Amino acid sequence: MEVKRTKGVLKRIAGPVVTAVNLDAHMYDVVKVGDEQLMGEVIKIKGEDIIIQVYEDTSGIKPGEPVENTGLSLSVELGPGLLTSIYDGIQRPLEVLVEKMGDFIERGVTAPGLSHDKKWDFKPVVKTGDMVSPGTIIGEVQETNILHKVMVPPNVEAGKIKEIKSGSFTIDDIICTLDNGAEIAMMHKWPVRIPRPFTEKLNPDIPLITGQRILDGLFPIAKGGTAAIPGPFGSGKTVTQQALAKWSDAEIVVYIGCGERGNEMTEVLTEFPELEDPKTGKPLMERTVLIANTSNMPVAAREASVYTGITIAEYFRDMGYDVSLMADSTSRWAEAMREISSRLEEMPGEEGYPAYLAARLSEFYERAGRVHTLNKDYGSVTVIGAVSPPGGDFSEPVTQNTLRIVKCFWALDAKLSQRRHFPAINWLNSYSLYLDTLSQYYDEKVSPEWNPLRTWAMEVLQKEAELQEIVQLVGSDALPDEEQITIEVARMLREIFLQQNAFDAVDTYCDMTKQFDILKAIKFYSDQAYAALKTGVMTAQITGLKAKNDLPQIKYVKEYKPEIEGIVKAMESEFTKLREAA
Amino acid sequence: MKEYRTISQVAGPLVFVEKTEPVGYQELVNLVLADGTEKRGQVLDTSDEIVVVQVFETTTGIGKDTGVRFTGETIKMPVGKDMLGRILSGAGKPKDGGPDIVPEKRLEITGAAINPWARGSPRQFIQTGISTIDLTNTLVRGQKLPIFSGSGLPHNEIALQIARQAKVPGSDEEFAVVFAAMGITKEEENQFMAEFERTGALEHAVVFLNLADDPAVERIITPRLALTTAEYLAFELGYHVLVILTDMTNYCEALRQIGAAREEVPGRRGYPGYMYTDLASLYERAGIIKGKKGSVTQLSILTMPGDDITHPIPDLSGYITEGQIVVNRDLHRKGIYPPINVLPSLSRLMNLGIGKGFTREDHKKVSDQLYAGYAEGVDLRGLVAIVGKDALSERDRGFLEFAEMFENRFVRQGKDEDRTIDESLDLGWDLLKDIPEEQLVRIDRELIQKYHPKYRKKAE
Ligand SMILES: Nc1ncnc2c1ncn2[C@@H]1O[C@H](COP(=O)(O)OP(=O)(O)O)[C@@H](O)[C@H]1O
Ligand SMILES: [Mg+2]
Repeated sequence: MEVKRTKGVLKRIAGPVVTAVNLDAHMYDVVKVGDEQLMGEVIKIKGEDIIIQVYEDTSGIKPGEPVENTGLSLSVELGPGLLTSIYDGIQRPLEVLVEKMGDFIERGVTAPGLSHDKKWDFKPVVKTGDMVSPGTIIGEVQETNILHKVMVPPNVEAGKIKEIKSGSFTIDDIICTLDNGAEIAMMHKWPVRIPRPFTEKLNPDIPLITGQRILDGLFPIAKGGTAAIPGPFGSGKTVTQQALAKWSDAEIVVYIGCGERGNEMTEVLTEFPELEDPKTGKPLMERTVLIANTSNMPVAAREASVYTGITIAEYFRDMGYDVSLMADSTSRWAEAMREISSRLEEMPGEEGYPAYLAARLSEFYERAGRVHTLNKDYGSVTVIGAVSPPGGDFSEPVTQNTLRIVKCFWALDAKLSQRRHFPAINWLNSYSLYLDTLSQYYDEKVSPEWNPLRTWAMEVLQKEAELQEIVQLVGSDALPDEEQITIEVARMLREIFLQQNAFDAVDTYCDMTKQFDILKAIKFYSDQAYAALKTGVMTAQITGLKAKNDLPQIKYVKEYKPEIEGIVKAMESEFTKLREAA
Repeated sequence: MKEYRTISQVAGPLVFVEKTEPVGYQELVNLVLADGTEKRGQVLDTSDEIVVVQVFETTTGIGKDTGVRFTGETIKMPVGKDMLGRILSGAGKPKDGGPDIVPEKRLEITGAAINPWARGSPRQFIQTGISTIDLTNTLVRGQKLPIFSGSGLPHNEIALQIARQAKVPGSDEEFAVVFAAMGITKEEENQFMAEFERTGALEHAVVFLNLADDPAVERIITPRLALTTAEYLAFELGYHVLVILTDMTNYCEALRQIGAAREEVPGRRGYPGYMYTDLASLYERAGIIKGKKGSVTQLSILTMPGDDITHPIPDLSGYITEGQIVVNRDLHRKGIYPPINVLPSLSRLMNLGIGKGFTREDHKKVSDQLYAGYAEGVDLRGLVAIVGKDALSERDRGFLEFAEMFENRFVRQGKDEDRTIDESLDLGWDLLKDIPEEQLVRIDRELIQKYHPKYRKKAE
């Protein structure tokens, strides 16, 4: 390109996609569209035509209006001030937008992602003369209860520190200069579509403890792992994602509401500040960044929202934190791609999705992982994506393409949610490919009994499924005694262990010890039951054991230890009596 | 205003105009036919070469001799307090012989998205007097809760009963109803209008009517007019507004028709790929705003083609709305009114508006237990059909019986029967008392001790 034409004109407007001419541009350049300077991004170049997706409503824009190329890529601002924020898909703080334009989102208003006036207390951790390179942590800011680590940005060349300051600064103030002339501030920008660099990816062998029994117990996810939660509407995708955002033992949480409900984001905003992290006792909001591009906000910004989210997640990972990212819902993101693609009149692939759907999905999930950071710390990004298959049919392209990538599959089932079995995760279809890599952790950190217990529980549930098929034909009374007991034990596993009420103040979070104790108590009943049967006790007496009726109540009790011990003792003595009478 | 006579093509509801000066996207267009009739449309695609206009009425009579005027502004609607009590067409023109609306404001009908930061959380319990809603699928102010029904089922009766009985216990704030009909029959119209007049609701209502024989494409703007009105009444005048949109299925059909005329690549079952986003631009226009008095609560009705809840219209709706009330044909055949099947029904905002300080502390757990019991009973019906009742265990027979009782005593109620939430809860307990206590695993012990009829009797 010879003369750089940074100002062009609009030729065509059709919804969120517009065409400009007389403009020089590269893919993904950010442009200002029309008299109102709406923000857009170049997504296709076709001869003279520069095709742009616009992040704001394009009503009223006319051909002939100007278009200006900023020459920059779509980027996020990274620095102190991210935590507790709520952004739209292109990192405009929603709180600032309310101040600038009121309760409804009008267009044409820009707002930077971070406050450029606020001062933060910066404490250096390196000194003049130290050699630093990209990713080196040079100082710290107490952002919330989280320590924000200020790094040498990845695109700055290594060098020796010439000067480093200490004190109160804005994010734009230069706090450090290197001998190579580089000037470093607390904030830097990073293009959202480019993964941030790290030294190496590590094997994910530490579980992300979620406090959700069915997940930790049966289908665990590793820190730095990937999981998909597909399910029809109303089956529990959002509640599960929110439970993970609340209770999982990540240090930072990025929650993306991508093309979903406005009220759900409000709920997070009102609820999180009041909840405490069970580990640190600090308000959950202090470790959280929210991105809300709801279903009625512009689709192009919805497309961008997942990239904005994952870039922020990677940034905290680079500080050495364990980050978990929830995207609710990746299907709405895929649909945004489809909508834009069809406006581009691209060749549609399966069900109208663009042919690059699979590639985009895997590029996104590939940004998860446990890594050795550039600073040689350990950090991780765990990615958990909700999937909303049309009609609840898992054979559709987004679910299928996601399944090929992710390592945990938590399949939600409308049959279960309709009977209010929550979380409605189907224990027969779901899986985790992390079981093997995590087993050592459970052995060492929970109990050597944990892995066998898990296997046992899974076997009982599978056996029950087989038996249920027979019951459907002949009724449960026709089953042999032993199998009636299996059915009873499986019911206990389902009702006591698997079911977990996200809205009960106690049951919403269950630590590993309690999970272990509950499983052990059920296994105890099971062992005693089969033994009793052998000594001639009647099945009805075993399944009707009084003491076990108190077991479900354990879930709602915080200091449950004395109670569960009491129940186990009571079961034991009741069994002893039965055996003696037999 | 310049008038063009450069129409190059007419296809279905679309008109293609050439050689215009720059025209804005979504601009309102007036078309003047040779005989002087005027029609309205909106710009869907604009470029130097061609402008595509979607006409809101039939394109009958439109030809090369039709004059096209671009108004230079997007579609706006005059709103004012005197709209209450008025009946308007699906395009917003007076239909009751009254004067034009005196506009206090002219508002953009597309409506901007409420900033999630500005939203307040909807948690004020609305008592509809219907047990299957109040107890098991609670509606709260600012919620969007549609009725998923099928053709020939009494969804209109249910909607009317809700509109008639709905109240926030202990509150006497100003309320209004905005009713928008899209493609409903004359008979249905009469049913609604007669009821509004009988109960005096019309005084507090604004009615938009697009009937079955009105132009289908007009249906694209009818709900937008209604919601713009609702937002005005709620957020500028402080009313608590109940919006009834019926039938969303007709709206979606109109959307499909336009997509087909534009030769777009269709999505699932021929509906446009952007139908989710489009529906969201309607359904999301509900809620409450921090620091503002009013609220917009949406109760839309849609008929599921072939009673199929996985059909794109209910499916995409359910993905956006905050739950759904599902009307069921089998219950209707059994003569049960209201034939609401609670199992696939859901109110997502229920947890916010119930419990201690809102309704009653046992509300959630009683609801969960009723669901679990009914679901189990319904499952067993399938088994009984194969193996007979005798093959069931005693436990199973109990649940089978429970399901019957649930339908006949809890679901079934009169068209004018207005149950308080306490009555519904007590009724729930009365059914639960026949289940052995240790099987009530969804309810904690303290609540059982406090509310189970067995213990209550003793206490009394
Ligand atoms: N773990 C849970 N505990 C209790 N209720 C749940 C749980 N998960 C889901 N629910 C219920 O199911 C409803 C729908 O869940 P939600 O996560 O919003 O579904 P989805 O996002 O799949 O549409 C919630 O409003 C809630 O009533
Ligand atoms: Mg959801």
